[in-house]
Amino acid sequence: MSAMTLPSPMRALIRAVVLALLAFAIFGPLLNLLLWAFAERWYFPSKLPSDYGLTYWYRVFQPRGNALASLGTSIWIAVLTVLVSLAVAIPAGYALARLKLPWRGAILLVFLLPQAVPNLPVYVNIAQVFYQIGLNGTILGVVLVHASHGLVLAVWIASAAFASVDASLEEASRNLGASALTCFRTVTLPLAAPGLIASAIFVFLESLDEFTGTYFVGVPDVTTLPLLMFNATMGGNYQISSITALLLLIPSIGFMLVVERFLKADVLAMVGR
Amino acid sequence: MTSVAIDRPTTRRGIGLALIAPALAVVGLFFVAPLVMSAVVAFRGKDGDFTLEHFAKAFDFYTTDLLFTLAIVVISTLLIGAVAIAIAGYLTLGEHPRAVAVLRWLYRWPLFIPFVVAGQLMRTFLAKNGMLNHVLIGSGLIEPLSAQSLLDWRGIVIAFVWKQAPFVTLLLAGAMASLETQHIEAARNLGARRLRVLVDIVLPQVRGTLLVGLVLSFVTMLSVLSVPLMINPNSPTMVTVDVAYRISTHADYPVANALCLLTLVLAAVGAVFYLRHSGVRAEGQAGR
Repeated sequence: MSAMTLPSPMRALIRAVVLALLAFAIFGPLLNLLLWAFAERWYFPSKLPSDYGLTYWYRVFQPRGNALASLGTSIWIAVLTVLVSLAVAIPAGYALARLKLPWRGAILLVFLLPQAVPNLPVYVNIAQVFYQIGLNGTILGVVLVHASHGLVLAVWIASAAFASVDASLEEASRNLGASALTCFRTVTLPLAAPGLIASAIFVFLESLDEFTGTYFVGVPDVTTLPLLMFNATMGGNYQISSITALLLLIPSIGFMLVVERFLKADVLAMVGR
Repeated sequence: MTSVAIDRPTTRRGIGLALIAPALAVVGLFFVAPLVMSAVVAFRGKDGDFTLEHFAKAFDFYTTDLLFTLAIVVISTLLIGAVAIAIAGYLTLGEHPRAVAVLRWLYRWPLFIPFVVAGQLMRTFLAKNGMLNHVLIGSGLIEPLSAQSLLDWRGIVIAFVWKQAPFVTLLLAGAMASLETQHIEAARNLGARRLRVLVDIVLPQVRGTLLVGLVLSFVTMLSVLSVPLMINPNSPTMVTVDVAYRISTHADYPVANALCLLTLVLAAVGAVFYLRHSGVRAEGQAGR
């Protein structure tokens, strides 16, 4: 209120201070992580590390190190999760966008559940079932858990992508004699591709970052990067965990920087439907 | 949106169901079924009959943690809402183009950072010897001796707000950007202050989006295991930590499931808001 009456240099100062505080709140923790990743020695109570170096990086990236194996596991799981999710989400998204469906509301509700219900009970019980049928600690088990969560996002985004394709183009191709499948393959799919790629990226990232499900279902044999990071942190090895965290940050921040290219208003409007 | 339909409606319905069946099967088998199982296990005694003993035990051991969890998630949700309104509001109504541009670039860095990484970031940043205290001491704001670790409930709240506020802000700023500007301009021309415009004109129109973002955050935070485990693993702590403990240490699935169901009850409070709101939206969709 009183800001209205303040002289403009004063207001500029307030603006600058508020932005600086916000910048510190956001980048402070990230900067702290960078320091830890390159700290050779950092003892209480010094403000900054006493030695910087790459020793821990060599340790993380040594050929027989856990980190590279975990990175490989994480990426492999994420790729498989994307494949499984899209394989079922593309037909489902198309049906939701284009075809008349009975019990449409109930179906939409089912696809809302994994995002709207706490996932903990699911992970706990699926781990128990998977344990009995030998899926615990397997890549397949983790992929199935990731996919059941990820495909929901994929279905939403895919159905938005298909809905935004101009139906008259499809009609034109059908009138010219294309079969339904040809029309889908040559007209609908290419036009919806950007949205589908966006959903693939979402599912990939979600799988790459997933912790709780893997924590319950992946034990003892599947160690993804988030689990490795967690174990290093709990073991008090801040350098290793910071370097692993940095590896996890790269795709997250990369996607954040380009997100607006994918997250157009139509997709944003979808959230909460 | 009308369908391309030229074919016979009944076969198209069949095709539609066939196309959607695999996705439904995956969600049904690997999400809905375990959820139902949770309810069964939580109410089933040793000889298979109905019992409430697991809930009695859960309340016996973990009432404090249940309240602690609720308090943390409610406080975090309120703070997330406040931060999101402030940032999205300035992005929409701010008059200083450069400040708006900087803010737009700045606020969303944590958007896709996973909870487990946010936990690790805060574990070092908020520690007694962490960067926050060094900066506060360096700038003379606190005495070195009064520096304290924030790695308790405050650390969890900070980690949650840091990670979730950008998400709600993104949704909210998107909704605000798609508003008709005439009302805002008219009010501004009549001399209304920006805070007034935000509260009286902008916020009522984006209430739904804000609510959806907050409820999604509320439910998500209830299920986060990594952040409390890394920042504040000792009692009192969040229920997720207790669930993990009951399973990994005691293999006590019944009590773990009772705790899970109690979390669901907490989430259901949020879901009531959510469904009421999305019900309104769904009608709007059907009318299109």
